[in-house]
Parts: sequence; structure tokens; C-alpha cells
Amino acid sequence: MKDEAIYRRLFRTALLIRLVEERIIELYPSDKIQSPVHLSIGQEAVAVGVCDGLKPDDLVFATYRSHGFYIAKGGSLDAMFAELYGRKGGVSGGKAGSMHLAAPEVGLMGSSAVVASTIPHAVGAALSFKRRGLSQIAVAVFGDGATEEGVYHESLNFAALMKVPVLFLCEDNGLAVHSHRPVRQSYRLAEHAASFGIASRRLEEGWDMLAIRQATLEAAAKVRAGEPFVLEIVTSRYKEHVGVGEDFHFNYRTSDGVDAWKRRDPLIVDQKLVATLRPDIEREIEAAVAFAEASPAPGRDELLADVI
Amino acid sequence: MRKLDYAGAIREATTQEMERDSRVFVYGIGVPTWSSIFGTTKGIPEKFGKERCFDTPISEDAMTGFGLGAAIRGLRPIHVHIRVDFMILATNQLINMVSNYTYSTGGKLKVPLVVRAVIGRGWGQGAQHSKALFSNFTHIPGLKVIAPTTPSDMKGMMIAAIRDDNPVICFEHRWLYWAEEDVPEEPYEIPLGVGRILRPGKDVTVVGLSWMNVEARLAADILAKRGVSVEIVDPRTLAPLDENLIVESVKRTGRCIIADCDWVDSGFSAELSARINEKCFGKLKAPVKRIGFAQTPAPTVRELENEFYPNAKTIVHAVEDMLGLEAANLDGEDFFSHERRFRGPF
Ligand SMILES: Cc1ncc(C[n+]2csc(CCOP(=O)(O)OP(=O)(O)O)c2C)c(N)n1
Ligand SMILES: [Mg+2]
Repeated sequence: MKDEAIYRRLFRTALLIRLVEERIIELYPSDKIQSPVHLSIGQEAVAVGVCDGLKPDDLVFATYRSHGFYIAKGGSLDAMFAELYGRKGGVSGGKAGSMHLAAPEVGLMGSSAVVASTIPHAVGAALSFKRRGLSQIAVAVFGDGATEEGVYHESLNFAALMKVPVLFLCEDNGLAVHSHRPVRQSYRLAEHAASFGIASRRLEEGWDMLAIRQATLEAAAKVRAGEPFVLEIVTSRYKEHVGVGEDFHFNYRTSDGVDAWKRRDPLIVDQKLVATLRPDIEREIEAAVAFAEASPAPGRDELLADVI
Repeated sequence: MRKLDYAGAIREATTQEMERDSRVFVYGIGVPTWSSIFGTTKGIPEKFGKERCFDTPISEDAMTGFGLGAAIRGLRPIHVHIRVDFMILATNQLINMVSNYTYSTGGKLKVPLVVRAVIGRGWGQGAQHSKALFSNFTHIPGLKVIAPTTPSDMKGMMIAAIRDDNPVICFEHRWLYWAEEDVPEEPYEIPLGVGRILRPGKDVTVVGLSWMNVEARLAADILAKRGVSVEIVDPRTLAPLDENLIVESVKRTGRCIIADCDWVDSGFSAELSARINEKCFGKLKAPVKRIGFAQTPAPTVRELENEFYPNAKTIVHAVEDMLGLEAANLDGEDFFSHERRFRGPF
């Protein structure tokens, strides 16, 4: 029964993320969102399961594909839509857009569109927790492609040396733009992490929010005790790398993998629960869109504000 | 002759050089995938195979060092970055290794490496997908730096860059990919280090960098209607610079505006301005004026992007200011809008 309640909570957040992104898809042709969007549709379970397994004051450092983490960490929906619209009421006043969502007030410390560049930030924040005797942990979120950058390896090494409370979370969708993982990688993350003395786990069932939550709880317990950990979650990107369409017609992948994933995707399978939760979520989204529409555009003064 | 666009000019130059010289190869993140870096490498993997056109891990730093290693042992690599913002992950290799390899080996080893980097505005690209950073590289001895504006310049300069025994960094503004003009079909070289007068004039010299030459032409057309004659000088190669061409032009007109698509502070425009002041001091009728990005990170939202990026209007107003003319009403003018071709997402 308790599990049932948790499942419902996770499901609601995942559905919120999906419906938000589906709303973005609807809005996009109107050019109201003049900014690249990297959708997480298909990957929602990762953000939701992980963030639910964290404590509210644990910090997340993320990527350009972070609508899911923003929402799962509890970021304001109004401020998110206003940010996508580039309005003053946006979470960063319209200066960030979709690719640089940050809401430090709820523990999303930043997101970067330069691949892998936030990974060491989590290590630094974790060092700060350790120094100050806090029990928080820092989470570095990144894609499978990001592990190809030197900074990933360097960050693991330093985290292991310093024994800081950092969780390295890899969202493995098997793709970097249009390149498949085997073209790019000759290593396995677990073995690589082990060579630094860092424990890891690879979870194949990336649609299973409860399993992801449980894996995060277990990993976070170890991390909180001062051991870095690598959690790799297999997932599936349904849409194109950037933009609101599908990309099977580009012929670099077939829809088979995505179709197989969809057959397990609770947001597709559990239509009964979708129907129950949907009306309320849609109201929430409509209110956020209305907020964005009503929010004024920033002016020249804002251009020069906050540079230093 | 037939028309070819700027992306096609790069593709054709690369293909022709790969046909001519089996040592040439092209690589980088996404290079052989369907999107093919704005079409600039389209068809190349099919024609030359995986050995000579390949994708890489997301490892810019190592992939640049790899290019150096291949270049000093007989190959001629072309490394492509879909944004200059990602090329900066390779600055150690470019600035500490590639640039000084020949010098440090007493001239024994040459580094025939071409590094291509895309620059320029999209929409809402924000602070990490919008830089130019010309001066970060022109600052460094041992690197040649080019930024061709027209398709025919691009083709000839790309071929010259590939044949050059020295490292060449090529900046490509993404809006130029659509520009079309007559381009000769056969291979030809335009020597690096030679600028070009894009439009002769007598009242004021506008030195345009990359895309800003397109804006300068628009501005010159508008100003011509009011009897103002603008000379546009495109350096084409930023290092080594064809200083003489610029200096002679400014001596003739007595006025100079530098239009850059980069930050002004410590930007390439500062270098140009310094050289013009040194060489044209007595001939200047007005101080050199520089145009560029606002000194802020690139904002994402459209309203602020419009304040951030200079365009033809900025140039028109700068010329008016310099000549003491009233600011014209530009409402009826047809300015370039990238949205005629670009509707996102990237
Ligand atoms: C340093 C750097 N190099 C290249 C790029 C271009 N790029 C953007 S996203 C991406 C793929 C990243 O793949 P992955 O880390 O698996 O994340 P995913 O998009 O699959 O979520 C690439 C190569 C970039 N943004 N930054
Ligand atoms: Mg990926």
C-alpha cells in the first residue's frame, strides 16, 4: 500500500513532465519559444525516480536536457514556461532559456549545453558539504556521451581521492545526437569506475520509477557516508535530439527500440491512471502557460544586469 | 559557371582535395552523420569511406592532439567543430601544442591541420552557442586564422588552407551557409593573407568580419541612396592580416568603422583599430569606431538578442554619426532576417 502511494506520486510527476513537454511540442510552431529544446520524453522516469530518492536539500547539476530534473526537483512551472518564453517572470529572467535551466532555490544548481561541463561542479559542491560537515549530497547528471570527455574521468578520480559525497548519474539513451554508443566508446562505465575504487550500478529497467527510486536511495546512502557512486540508468529518447519532432526518417535509427520501450512505459501502459491525473495536471500547465503569456519581455536594462 | 552556396563551397573544396590528395581526411563529432555539419560534409563518407571521414567520441581535446599527431606524420586532417564554443575544449592543444610545434622543432616538423569552427547566431542559443572568439586565436603566433565571407572566397581559401603546411583555423558563420553565388567548378586557390575590397567607395571604410560584411553591404546600399559612398574591406584572413589593403583604404577615405560579430573589448576589432591608428594617424578625419556584441554573455531571449547583436542598422547609424548626418528613418528598409530561412530548433 505504501508502495502504491509512492508509485502514484512518482507517476504524477512523470506525467507532469510528459504533458509539459507535449505542451511545448504544441506551442513550438507558434515561435513563442524561440530557443532550442531538448526533450526528455521517454526519459522522465530517471529524473523522477532519482529526485524522489534524494532529500530535498540534495543538489543536482544537470544538462541542456533537464526539463525533467527541473520539475522533479520542484521548480516552479510558471517560472519555467516564462523562461522558455523569454519573459521577465522566467526563472532566470529569460536569459537562460531551455538549455540553462537553474533553480537553486529547489536544488537545481545549473545546467550546461557544453557536454560534461557540470560534472566537476558536483564534485566541488560535494567537497563543500564535506568541509562544512553537512549531510547533503551532490548529483552530477549527464548523458552517456558525456563520459567521453576527459573531465568525466578527471572528476571521478578526484572525487575518489577526496572521498566526497557525489553521485554520478548517467542517463544512457545510447545516443549522442545521431551517433550510437558503440561508435564512440570502447569502455564499460562500471569497470571504468571500479578502477578508481568507485562502486557503481547499471539499471536496465529505466522505465521503472520505483526501481530507479530504490536504486537511488541505496546509492545515496553510500554517497552520504562519503563514497562516490556511479549510477547508470538505461533509458530511451523518443524524440529527436533537439527540437520537437521525431527523427526516424533521418534513417540513423529505427523506431524498434523506442517501440519496445513504449510497451513498458507506465505513462503509456497505465492509461487508467493517466486519465485520473490528467485533468488536474492540465489545469496546472494551462495556468503556467497563461503566466508566461502575461509576463512582460525584458528590456535593455536587463541586458546589462547581472553580468558581474 | 553555376551557383553554389557557402556550405556547398566547403563541401566541394573538401571533396576535390580528398580526391587529389589521399592524405586528406575529415573528422569530428557528427561529421559523417546525416546532419553533416550544416551539409558541409554531405556525401563525403559515402564517397571516401569511414577511414577518411569519421565520427569521434565527444573528446575535443584529445581529438585535436590526435590531429596534430597525424599531421606531423604525413596526413592532412580537417577537424570540424559544430560550434566554436566546443572548440575551446581543445585550446590546450591548439595554443600550447599546435601553434608552436614548428617553432619548437626548429622548423623540422610542420602541422598541416585545418580546424573548422561554426560561429553565429541562431535563436535562443544563449551563452554557450553563440561566440566567435576570433581574437583568442589571432592572438597566438603560429596559427593562421581565416573567416571567408563569400562562397567563392570560401572555396578557394579552404583549398589553400588544406594545401597549407601550417595549422589553419577557419571560422564559418552559420548564416553564410545559405549564401549563393557563381563559384568556379574546378579547384583553385585564393592565397591566405590577402584581403579583398568587397565594394569600392570614398567616404568611409567599413572593415567587415565574416557575416558583418553582409550587413555592411545592406548598410552601404541604404547609405548610397543618401549619397554616402561606403567602401567595404573584407580581410578574409585575420592572421596573417593584409594590413596594407586596410590601411590604404582608410588613407583614401579618412574614416573607418570596424564591424565585428564578436565582443568589442579586446576583440579583433581592437587589433585592427590599433593598426589603423598607428598607420593612418595623420589621415584620419574621425576616430576609428568599432561595432560588435554588447559586453555581456549572449542572452537567450529574442528582445535581448536584438540588443546584443549588431546589424546593418548599427552600421548605418555609426556612419551617420561619423559623418555628422541626421539619423535616417529606416522603417521602410528591408533588413536581413534569418527567420526567412531559419525556424529553429537549432
Ligand atoms: C563539448 C561539447 N561538444 C559537443 C557538443 C555537441 N553536442 C550537444 S549534445 C551532444 C550529445 C551528448 O550526448 P549525451 O551526453 O549522451 O546526452 P543526450 O543528448 O543523449 O542526453 C553533442 C555531441 C556539445 N554541446 N558540447
Ligand atoms: Mg545520450
